[in-house]
Parts: sequence; C-alpha cells; structure tokens
Amino acid sequence: MTRERRLSWINGLLLPFLNVLTAFIATAIVFILIGVDPIKATKILIYGALGYDEGLGYTLYYATNFVFTGLAVAVAFHAGLFNIGGEGQAYVGGLGTALVALYLNPALSAWIVIPLAISGGLLFGALWAIIPAYLQAYRGSHIVITTIMFNFLASALMVYVLVNVLREVGEMSPESADFIKASWLPFVHDVFASFGYKIAKSPLNLSILVALFFSGLVWFFLWHTRWGFAIRAVGKSNDAAVYGGINPKKIIIITMCISGALAGLVGINELMGVQHRLFLNFNYGYGFGGIAVALMGRNHPVGILIAAFLFGILYQGGAELDFELQNVSRDIVVVMQGLVILFCGGLEYLYRPILIRFLAPIEATE
Amino acid sequence: MAESNIAIELINVDKHFGAVHANDKVNLSVQTGTIHGIVGENGAGKSTLMSILYGFYQADSGQIKVFNKDFRAISSKQSIEAGIGMVHQHFMLVDNFTVLENVVLGSEGGALITESLSNARIELTRLAKEYGLEVELDVAVEELSVGMQQRVEILKGLYKGAKVLILDEPTGVLTPQESDELFRIFEALKNQGVTIILITHKLREIMSITDHVSVMRAGKMVAHRETSKTNPEELAELMIGRKVLLNIEKSKAKTGNPVLVAKNLEIKNEQGLKRVSDVSFEARSGEILGIAGVTGNGQGTLLKALAGILPISNGSIEIMGQTITSKNSLNPEQLRDLGVAHVPEDRQRMGMISEFTASETALLGYHKDKTINQGVWLKRALVKANCESMMEAFDVRPNNPNLMSSNFSGGNQQKLILAREFERDPDLLIIGQPTRGVDIGAIEFIRKRIIDMRDAGKAIILISVELEEIMSLSDRIVVMCDGEITGMVNGKDADEATLGMMMANALPTEEISEGVKL
Repeated sequence: MTRERRLSWINGLLLPFLNVLTAFIATAIVFILIGVDPIKATKILIYGALGYDEGLGYTLYYATNFVFTGLAVAVAFHAGLFNIGGEGQAYVGGLGTALVALYLNPALSAWIVIPLAISGGLLFGALWAIIPAYLQAYRGSHIVITTIMFNFLASALMVYVLVNVLREVGEMSPESADFIKASWLPFVHDVFASFGYKIAKSPLNLSILVALFFSGLVWFFLWHTRWGFAIRAVGKSNDAAVYGGINPKKIIIITMCISGALAGLVGINELMGVQHRLFLNFNYGYGFGGIAVALMGRNHPVGILIAAFLFGILYQGGAELDFELQNVSRDIVVVMQGLVILFCGGLEYLYRPILIRFLAPIEATE
Repeated sequence: MAESNIAIELINVDKHFGAVHANDKVNLSVQTGTIHGIVGENGAGKSTLMSILYGFYQADSGQIKVFNKDFRAISSKQSIEAGIGMVHQHFMLVDNFTVLENVVLGSEGGALITESLSNARIELTRLAKEYGLEVELDVAVEELSVGMQQRVEILKGLYKGAKVLILDEPTGVLTPQESDELFRIFEALKNQGVTIILITHKLREIMSITDHVSVMRAGKMVAHRETSKTNPEELAELMIGRKVLLNIEKSKAKTGNPVLVAKNLEIKNEQGLKRVSDVSFEARSGEILGIAGVTGNGQGTLLKALAGILPISNGSIEIMGQTITSKNSLNPEQLRDLGVAHVPEDRQRMGMISEFTASETALLGYHKDKTINQGVWLKRALVKANCESMMEAFDVRPNNPNLMSSNFSGGNQQKLILAREFERDPDLLIIGQPTRGVDIGAIEFIRKRIIDMRDAGKAIILISVELEEIMSLSDRIVVMCDGEITGMVNGKDADEATLGMMMANALPTEEISEGVKL
C-alpha cells in the first residue's frame, strides 16, 4: 500500500474510530464516577437503541434529524464556513413547513402538499441563513457570531409567532392547530402494515427516505457539479478561487442558503412526520448535535449517515438508561455528546502523529 | 582593526531545509556602530540567515559570535538577552494595545503592571528623545500609521536593550517620505552606537545609507563591499550572478497587432496601497513582452490587475476590443472567456489548490466549461481524462490525476498549471515567475513551451525576477521600479548592466529617454 493510501485510511477511518472510542472510554469513566457499572450501562444502551423494533424505530427517527443538521453543517464547512445556526434554521424552517401544512387547501392531494411543505421548510431555513451569510460576505461579520445570535432571534420569533399568531383561540398552550391530513408523512410501521408486515409502532416516518435522498444529493452536488467544485475551492483556498474566476462572496451566500435549507428539513421529520402541528422547541438540540455529527462524519454524507445513526443510538439508548437506572438522567446523553465533540472535533488529530509515525512513516528523502 | 569592534560574526554558518541548501557556509562580520546592508534576490537566504541570528532556526553547523562571545540561540529570548532586536517585515504588534503596552509586552515584571508601565514610560521618553523616535505612548497601535508602527517596533527593540537591530525589508510598506524619516532615525541610532543590519533588495537604499554591504546569492555570501567603494551596477551584477544564459533557439518574432494596450495604469494592492502608477505599454501578438524588476516593485500587482484579480484605480486596459477602467472591470472569468490565460506568480497559493487532486487543480478556472458539464453534472471521468492528456503533453510526473496536488514537485506543479492554461489555446498569456523553484530540466521545457506559444502567434506578457529569464525569452523588455516604468529596451539590445541600473532606477535621465525610444 502506498503511503498516500495509508494516510487516507488513517484520516478517513482509523482516526474517527479511535476518537469515538476515546469518547466512549471517557464516558465509561464518567459512569464509574457516578457509581454506575459501565458494562451494564452499555448493555442497556445498546439493547434500548437496537434490541427491539420500537427502540430501533426511535433510534432511526432521531438519526433522521441528525442527518439533516449534519449535512447542513458539512455543506457550509466545505466552503470554509462554520454554521452553528442549525438550531435556528431548523426552527424557522419548521415554521415554513407549518405555514404550508396549515393553510393549504385540505382537499389537495398529498402528492402536491408534501413536496410544497418540504419546500416551505427548505425556503425558510435558507432565508434564516441568508442574513448571516450576507453579513459575512459583504460586511465581514463573523458567521459564527451571527449564526449563533440568529438562534436566539429564531427562538424569540417562534415564541411570538406561536403565542400571538398561530395559537388557536381558546388554546392555553403555544402551539398551532393540526396540519391538514394531506401533509402528514406516513409512519414506517403503517407503510409496513400496508404490505402485510407487522412492526411495533414508533415515530419513525418516511422522512428518513427524504434524509437519504438529500444525503445522496449533497454528495452529488459537492463532488459532481461545478457549483460543488466552486464551493470546495473557496473552502480550501480563497486566493485560488478568486484566480479561478469564482466569486467567494456569492459562494458564501449560496452555500449558507443550502446549509440553512438542509437544517430547515428537521421540521419534516418532527412536524410533518410525528406531531402534525407546530409547537415550541421541537428543534431542541438537533442543530448543535449536527455539528458533532458533521465533525464525526468528516463532512462526508456517508460519514454523516454513520455518525447520525450513532447519535440516534445515544439519544434513544440514553432515554432507556434514564428509565432503567435511578442515578442516571437523560442528560447523560448531553455529556456523551459533549465528549464526542471534544474528541472528534477539538482533539481531532490527537492520535494522528502517533499513527503516522507507526503506520505511514515519511520515507527518507535524499 | 581591533577585534572588539565586531558586533556580530558568523563563521561558516550552514543550514539545510530538506534538499534546499538555504545557507551555504556563510561568513559575515558586522562592525559595531555601522549600518550593514544585506542584499540578495528572493530566496537567496537572507531571511533564513537573520532568523538563525534571532533564534527562530538553528544552524546545522558553523559558529556565531555576538560581541565576541559564542552565541547559540534556541529561541528569541537568548537573542534579546544578547542584545539583538529584530523588526520584522510584518509587525509583531497587538493592534488594540497602546504603544506603551506593546513595548512592555513580554517584560511586564511583577503581577501588577502599573509600576512597570510607569518605569517604561520614563525610559521610553528618554529613548524617544535620544534617538528622535517620538511616538504618542497612549494611543492604540491600530490608530497609528504604518511608519509610526514601525517606530514602535524599533522602540520595542531598544527598550529591551538591543544593541544590534535587524530590519527585514523595512521600507516595503512605507511611503517614500516615511522611508526618508526612517533613514534619519537610522543615522541617529548609528550615532548613538547602535548597530543596524538592513535586509533589502532595494539597491538605492543600500547606496544611500549603509556603510558596508554584503551580497547573497543562492544561499552563499558572494561578496562584501564597502558601500563607498561599490556602485549599484556592481551590486546588481553580484546579486543576479553571471549565470550562463539558458540558450534557447528563438527565431525572429513575427509581431502582429496589439492585443493588450495599457494606458496610464494606476493600481492599488489588496491593502489599498498604490503599487503601480502611470504605467503604459502594449503587448502584441507573436511577441513576448518581459517585465523586469526587483520583487515588490509593482509587477505582481500589475499582473493581478491584468488578470482581473485586482481592480485598476486609474487609466485603462484594452484587451481584445474590451476596455477595462476603474468603473468597468472584468473579472477573471470574463477575461478567460475573452481568451486570456494567467499563470500566477504564487503557484502554491493561487495557481493550484494543494488539497485538491491534480485533476481538480487542472480544472481550476475552467469548471464551467461546456464540454465537461452536462446539465448540472460535472463529468469527472472526462475531467480526469483531460488531466491525463495534459500531463502527457507537458510531461507531468507522476502521471496520476488522482494524486493530491501538494504531492507533486514544484516543477511538476508548474507544468500542470502551464498545461491547464496553454491547452485552452488563449490569445493572450500572462505568465508570472514561470520557473521559480523549478529544476533545470523543467526550466528548459517550460521556456521552450513559452516560445512555442509565441511562435503560434500568441501575445505573451512575462513577469519574472530572474533577469536572465527575461533576457533569454523577451522580444521587448519593460523595467519597473517603485511601480513605475523606468526603462524599455528591445530584447536583443538588452544587457544585464543597463537593465540592472533601470531596475534600481539609477540610470542618468538621458539614458532612460534613449531606452524608451525603441
């Protein structure tokens, strides 16, 4: 094997694997510190997430959200932008979906309503990202600062909209009316049932197919279109991009729109798929989780699918831990997530020098 | 001469970076209380040498003596303790700190800063008076002009007890007036017994303020001179060296119509500094127009403007029927569509993307080409096949389009970039430093290809700091100095001495006007 190939194996597979492993070891230490047997906890977690139909359904349902936000972060990252506004873009994207799913003529066919509602999410997510993008491209305000501020703006906006605009008269809780039936995405257990297979009920719905579709689309877009080429060129070398006739300012705007649009799809799963109404904080945690997913998945759609699945396991398994063990709360998931971010993101290259020294030493030069 | 007069002595200092011999047994002695110039082309090893002295790098072998004491710095701390201060080309200042805070930085003393600040204030006031270095102490550095910031750097050095000051290209960022002011400060420092080492490639500065000058070329110290006993002509010759011209068979140019006409160009660089003023020339089809000059005299900025990367602030460029002015600019993409190809000076940063594969680098600038796009689909297989044929045609090794661009040698990277630009059959070629950092075999290959393009009737504008390259390739030569054209000669009439003088803008006026009359 050439050194080239070895390096790409190290960077692409071995390194992320070791990073995740380290994060799990650190989690095990946390478990020991709070007096929980880590082996027992792992068993509960794995069984809870993968051991039976319903658990697996929940795992995939959570993973769907992480695919959307992970892709959002990854696309921006390829243009050298760190979009941490996934949280807000997902939230506002949900509003776009809701507006379509609430106010379209209920008599319309699902084949028209569903694509339109999905487009609503894409559009609103993109719009929420376009302002930070403009400020970065033309005003030099750092995208990290503006996107994080837009998360707060989004949550204020949504509270206002839900309390004052979309709340039904006489309702106490800040949530919208039910969406029109035509906008509901079928549950996977219902789809299976219609083919005669009986599986346990879970919130898993057909938006997982939307997630797979967009993963493929992002892969194709980034590596097999001229726009993807331009985005990656800007991300790798601004000077070379300018030389190549690419306008980095435009690329920033376009990329952030795509990124925001992808984050805006969280609403498809949560609202069109499960709750069928708009409510507060449906997006909670997925935007930030997407950062970890993208980091772990090395900003590649395949990696993101794997990482999102892992995060689905953590979410669902974490809920089981909370249920089974008295001294563990569901927040343990946040701790694990934090550790994964720490080791996959912050300490990404921790093992790289060692791996390179032993597995791919630089050949002596003349 | 008494030994105690020597401030810094380098004996056989040697330094390798991989295969590059950056400093080859360099000897240098600098007398206390003098201004000592070090000149040389880019990459001659000046900066490496000074970095060794300042503790950034360690020499592989050789001996260094500072004030007659053996000296070996492993970090800048030892250098400062030994009395060496350095003013870098890019200032090392904290922008939002005041002048006083910047000077104290690194020598704050105790936990409470107030005392050291007030001590520093007294000391700085004294230094400022003594050396004529007045700076307002309580102003944030970001609010000072570049010239003033440089003073702060000098003050910082002096405050830390520097008896030897090294300045790396100090006038690169200064206006002529600020430069004059700086030289006045140098005189004051010298009179107080401070030794100054001035690294530059501007011969005029060397001639006007130094006492001694040492010339470096290709890592070697090639000459030491007393400034009063030398002249710019000799120094230019020493800097460039009397290398044998790489003789390339070149028929007489069949010059055609002008393809590009530049009139009274004024161009500002990325930082908004005026780097080119009142430059006019034309490039005709079937000829190579060489633009000579020492690095940093505006050629790079000119090249970027011709390629559409920088806007022009005054004047006009006519290219193939289109007119570019300050109000009507064309971007690099539009220029490519017109048939302008550009090989940038900075291969690593601009010409290629090191983290892209070779086939992607070979696509840079042409990713919208209709032949490789089908609807939204960028046909990667075709891109790779095209890259392979480019690699074939230009003998790029290894012949592997999937290899990362950074894994090719400099010469092969350059050949790939040239292939990308040449294979499009452009009408105008703008080429910057075609053979910088390229091995001899590739140099010959690249030069032949450039001549081939000329013979195919293309207009070529060639910018190079290698005088020898300009002379062996160009049909006409324009010389730039300080952003202006200081001479024009026909390629066959050019000789190094005259060009060298033009590059230093040191020709008597009548000779320049003679040169212009082609």
